[in-house]
Amino acid sequence: MDLAFTKEEQAFREEVRSFFRDNVPPDTRRKLVEGRHLTKDEMVTWWRILNKKGWGVSHWPTQYGGTGWTSVQHYIFNEELQSYPAPQPLAFGVSMVGPVIYTFGNEEQKKQYLPRIANVDDWWCQGFSEPGSGSDLASLKTKAERRGDKWIINGQKTWTTLAQHADMIFCLCRTDNNAKKQMGISFIVFSMKSKGVTVRPIQTIDGGVEVNEVFFDDVEVPIENLIGEENKGWDYAKFLLGNERTGIARVGVSKERLRRIRDLAGKVESGGKPIIQDAAFREKLAACEIELKALELTQLRVVADEGKHGKGKPNPASSVLKIKGSEIQQTTTELLMEVIGPFAAPYDVHGDDGSNEAMDWTAQIAPSYFNNRKVSIYGGSNEIQRNIIAKAVLGL
Amino acid sequence: MDFDLNEEQRLLKESIDGLLTDSYDFEQRKKYMKEKGGWSKTVWLKLAEQGLLGLPFSEADGGFGGGGVETMIVMEALGKALVLEPYLATVVIGGGFLRHAATDAQKAAHVPGIIDGSKTLAFAQLEKNSRYDLFDVATTAKKKGDGWIIDGEKFVVLNGENADTLVVTARTKGDRRDKTGIGVFLVPANAKGVTKKSYPTQDGLHAADITLTGVEVGPDAVIGNPDDSLALIERVVDEARVALCAEAVGLMDESLKTTVEYIKTRKQFGVAIGSFQSLQHRASDMFVAAEQARSMSMFATMANDFENAKERSNAIAAAKVQIGKSLKFVGQQSIQLHGGIGMTMEAKIGHYFKRLTMIENTFGDTDYHQRRVADAGGLV
Repeated sequence: MDLAFTKEEQAFREEVRSFFRDNVPPDTRRKLVEGRHLTKDEMVTWWRILNKKGWGVSHWPTQYGGTGWTSVQHYIFNEELQSYPAPQPLAFGVSMVGPVIYTFGNEEQKKQYLPRIANVDDWWCQGFSEPGSGSDLASLKTKAERRGDKWIINGQKTWTTLAQHADMIFCLCRTDNNAKKQMGISFIVFSMKSKGVTVRPIQTIDGGVEVNEVFFDDVEVPIENLIGEENKGWDYAKFLLGNERTGIARVGVSKERLRRIRDLAGKVESGGKPIIQDAAFREKLAACEIELKALELTQLRVVADEGKHGKGKPNPASSVLKIKGSEIQQTTTELLMEVIGPFAAPYDVHGDDGSNEAMDWTAQIAPSYFNNRKVSIYGGSNEIQRNIIAKAVLGL
Repeated sequence: MDFDLNEEQRLLKESIDGLLTDSYDFEQRKKYMKEKGGWSKTVWLKLAEQGLLGLPFSEADGGFGGGGVETMIVMEALGKALVLEPYLATVVIGGGFLRHAATDAQKAAHVPGIIDGSKTLAFAQLEKNSRYDLFDVATTAKKKGDGWIIDGEKFVVLNGENADTLVVTARTKGDRRDKTGIGVFLVPANAKGVTKKSYPTQDGLHAADITLTGVEVGPDAVIGNPDDSLALIERVVDEARVALCAEAVGLMDESLKTTVEYIKTRKQFGVAIGSFQSLQHRASDMFVAAEQARSMSMFATMANDFENAKERSNAIAAAKVQIGKSLKFVGQQSIQLHGGIGMTMEAKIGHYFKRLTMIENTFGDTDYHQRRVADAGGLV
């Protein structure tokens, strides 16, 4: 057993860190620190910088543009990216549909889609959830019917993150109504610009628009846009969801936020002195930091295990990472609320125009707190994660 | 970065797990509790035979040169089997003082007896009002000729009843809560002026309250600097905390396993109660808590080798916090999921719960260590 990173790994961390320092646009970083939403342009600009460096799709196989890093290097890269902070690669393309295409797609599809995913020439979104199919995803109803050389798609998706920016969607569609619910689903990709696609934004409780409803009304999709085999879509969806393991803990994100809390708590006064000097607050903060350290170690155990024994099957440890990671992210936003106290209330009246610096930083704290309630709901709610642990680990 | 055991460590784990599987089931344990001092000399000698009592001592001192990971392996196994024998008091703490600060002559006098199982030690540190502050020492050691005269009262001394030698903290200078002026003394348990009141503890171990009245010891009784040994005491107690974290992980593993087995077999409403989602989720949360605890036990084990003393004790304090929170949850929920049977002395789960509970209150509880981490400026 050994906690230390090797010299080469430490040098790698330095390399990553200095690349971020030199290349992340300062405004992009500031907005992330303050919990603001980035524009599409800001995100794409950064992702192309990353892709030019060769780090846009770091975990892909090298023949498709991946880096060939060890699992520890991936861990270090992600941690530095999250804690700098810089925008993470667009998961829908890079972590979700990309691996499905290079694993199950044909040569033509790989050639057509993969380079465009890497450079975010196409912005991808995920068509999984439906109004009646949340945790029970396999009950989905969106239909794809074969008609000549086309799929005709009808139905509705929801919670489609950033669909307002999207050029492409990967979509789970029912292609066999008679099979058992998991067996009649296919994985089909198509353009969001297709005739019959309508996007309706959903405003979330933080006031932002991250998610959308997407309606399909006789959308015509070329037959070759099916990925893999017809009616095997559920397998690809499971592959896709199990693919992302250690990133979900978002340890780097929470670390960055805890540093920010410490910083702000040294400035904001309570009882005539900085709130960091309040013993009760300080202990709450320490409690959260300790939880995060334990999570970081748990994550490192998973990373080290993958490095040694390969990725193999989806690891139930990822459920632990999801549960604790989301709880800690939520706690950090609660602590921020506590730091700003009564100044949590004002709506973002000052906007982001820099007209009132004293108030600027407070404006996003309550929205960020509201917004972070999502992290224990999405990606398989924490209750679903507990089901997974009970079944897969404890055999209940 | 590596969290796996090496080949030798795997063998060590197999050997101690094997030994305890053979000689330490719940029924056997009940018999050992009735022996003198509340533990089994026979088991102790078996541990000695396998080299476990000499594990952390250097080869030059007749030991095996084991490090923190080896102690973690042993303590986890001892926890899993709910072992009564005084490994913590004798090998980890008593042995810790000898390893870190004893002279060659002191080692020659004490280490061989520990390794061969013929001698056990006890750490006489806690006082009536000291609670968790290691520097809070009212017991005095006054110079007399070459030697010392020790006066004071020590409480809840684990293995105090059976120990051959007491490791006593005593003040040579200053006031009760001064951080300097504290020394560590090896006192024969049968020395004139030592009186003991022995009793069983809530978790099935044995302890003693010990009064030292004009106890005379020679110059060779002092370990380290008699006027300034707080750093030494903190170092050894940190190692004891790390060992307790590992023991708690073993206890939690066994508690979770026992509980899951129980809810798989216990039937109500015609089905196993483990088929109910509320119980499944509780068990999943216990698993999460136990895994977080295991991570921090490993962290503490490795942190024990940090060169920076502040970083080391901060990391170990953090581990004790996580272990304290996890053990409370796993312990309490183990009883809850067992239902009525969990409340009885006959079921083993309650005994695990009691040992876990006492670990939280040993060498600093969750609040105490959380405050230490907070005062040290946090952990990010």
